[in-house]
Amino acid sequence: MACCPTSSSTELDVRKTYKLFVNGEFVRSESGRAYRPDGKVNVPRGSRKDLRDAVRASRTAFPGWAGRTAMNRGQILYRAAEMLDGRAAQFVQLLGGGARARRELDQAVETLVWYAGWTDKLSQVTGTVNPVAGPYFNFTIPEPTGVVAITAPEVAPLSGLVRRLAPALCGGNVVVALAAESQPLAALTLAEVLATSDVPAGVVNIISGQRKELLPWLASHMDINAIDTAGCSADEIKAIEESAAGNVKRVIKVTSDEQSPYLVAAFMEMKTVWHPIGV
Amino acid sequence: MGKLDVAGETTGLGLTGTAAWLGPHAATRNDAAMPANRLVRFIPSHNPSMATALSLTHLGSLMRGVRSVDEVGAEERAASLAKRSIKKSSKLWALDLAVRCMDLTTLEGADTPGKVAAMCAKAIRPKPGDATIPSVAAVCVYPLRIADCVEHLRGSTVRIASVATAFPSGQSFTSVKIAETEEAVRVGAHEIDMVIDRGAFLSGDYQRVYDEIVAVKEACGPAHLKVILETGELGTYDAVRRASILAMAAGADFIKTSTGKVQPAATLPVALVMMESIRDFVRETGSPVGFKAAGGIRTAKQAIAYLVLTYETLGPDWMTPDRLRLGASTLLNDVLMQIGKERTGAYQSADYFTID
Repeated sequence: MACCPTSSSTELDVRKTYKLFVNGEFVRSESGRAYRPDGKVNVPRGSRKDLRDAVRASRTAFPGWAGRTAMNRGQILYRAAEMLDGRAAQFVQLLGGGARARRELDQAVETLVWYAGWTDKLSQVTGTVNPVAGPYFNFTIPEPTGVVAITAPEVAPLSGLVRRLAPALCGGNVVVALAAESQPLAALTLAEVLATSDVPAGVVNIISGQRKELLPWLASHMDINAIDTAGCSADEIKAIEESAAGNVKRVIKVTSDEQSPYLVAAFMEMKTVWHPIGV
Repeated sequence: MGKLDVAGETTGLGLTGTAAWLGPHAATRNDAAMPANRLVRFIPSHNPSMATALSLTHLGSLMRGVRSVDEVGAEERAASLAKRSIKKSSKLWALDLAVRCMDLTTLEGADTPGKVAAMCAKAIRPKPGDATIPSVAAVCVYPLRIADCVEHLRGSTVRIASVATAFPSGQSFTSVKIAETEEAVRVGAHEIDMVIDRGAFLSGDYQRVYDEIVAVKEACGPAHLKVILETGELGTYDAVRRASILAMAAGADFIKTSTGKVQPAATLPVALVMMESIRDFVRETGSPVGFKAAGGIRTAKQAIAYLVLTYETLGPDWMTPDRLRLGASTLLNDVLMQIGKERTGAYQSADYFTID
């Protein structure tokens, strides 16, 4: 089946049950539902309660992840790149095989490595020392915004997700991600990569299911601080922005083919500190 | 108490066996155990449950007669009731009741007048700016903080409950416990949460436990008495049932699961055992006794499970703050968040609620 490229007819075919990734655990949807995006493999159809559990888990995990040293976050992201690269063959197959799939995998690995390097350089680039007319040392530093919801784009279901996931994690945010609805297998398998990369439980949660059903709950959730709309249509973005006003969420609108330290800054709050001089 | 005189009738409390040889034995024992004037002092004829207690004074026999608890059955029933799905308007009703039955509690060595003042404000108006959320039933504090509550709760419906009797261990002199209770009531407590002496109970000295409850009940005067069994230290459901009967026979207005200082604290099966004891006691004596769950109740879901359990075991008459309390320090915010979720349709965030 989907995950066992070398099985011959004499070997037992161990079929895989794909699971959601919530709080560092691989779970079925609490609703018990599943759907078949490709007509063959059952994938859990997550519910609003799975989202609720995921947000709760990520909120709990947030202080620990944000409090780690930038270097340690970088090491963990780099480790994720190593683990992803080590399972390249599996991911290429999940992405449909061929050169295009291989390119997408390489891009995902490179993205992780690239953002791993940015963790301890971010505040130098986006932070500032501000000239003020008074006896104060005034500086601005980036701080993670908190729980970030990410909607993976349907095109490039792996690298598209990683390109939004990596900058959010790089800055110390925690993530609840919706897998691409039509091709969720790569995202759900990415969870296995993250689970073996020392990413603490709850820092990344990955839910598969129907975007139309889940988006309103993400957009209105008071405990989500930012929502990334990489996978959404213009109509969906409009609806998200309306619901997001409830707790003044950041709505981040960038395409998933970009790569920049300023995309990390999009997930950050800028804190300005006035420090008296001569005290 | 004519029912008890019917020989051979098997009762839930196992009182029948005792009834057969009350009288001389009971009298003899009591004469030996305490001076006559104390005995008289402990017969307030206006309290039917205490009158019952007195007619059953041979406690060893009463305790031996308490039927044992089906452990597996109790756990299964509690687990199945906890699964009941309460949604939409029923959920809102249950959450509203949970707020009205709540004893907002702070029992820390570090409690300050300021912290108690903040808690009192929250007790009166749990959600600032929203008058549709009712006040909680009571605040529960250490005796030294009663005066702060009196000051900050003036004019409200919120009652003042104070722990007393060497809380949380209960390992002190009876005279000290009585004095503490009297002082707490004098400075303004409406309700006293006493602990039983678990050391005495576990060593089989039921008489000592019983006498202490009776004495503290008397010291309470007009104040209501809640008796904390500290079920986490009693070990078995049988012991919980025995302690429940003992406390009710001695005159408790409420029986309460735990202090919150010992793990495990309140659990659903223990609550079920205590509620069934109340049900059986009420069936025999006719005098209602309240139930208070305390310790470890942190989520609205848990609170609703206790409400379901109460409804199914004791019936609708107990769905009122006069007979049911939920003691909690951190439950209220989760209940408010769930009410917010039901009303707005959006999942709530702790960022928008007070840090207690």
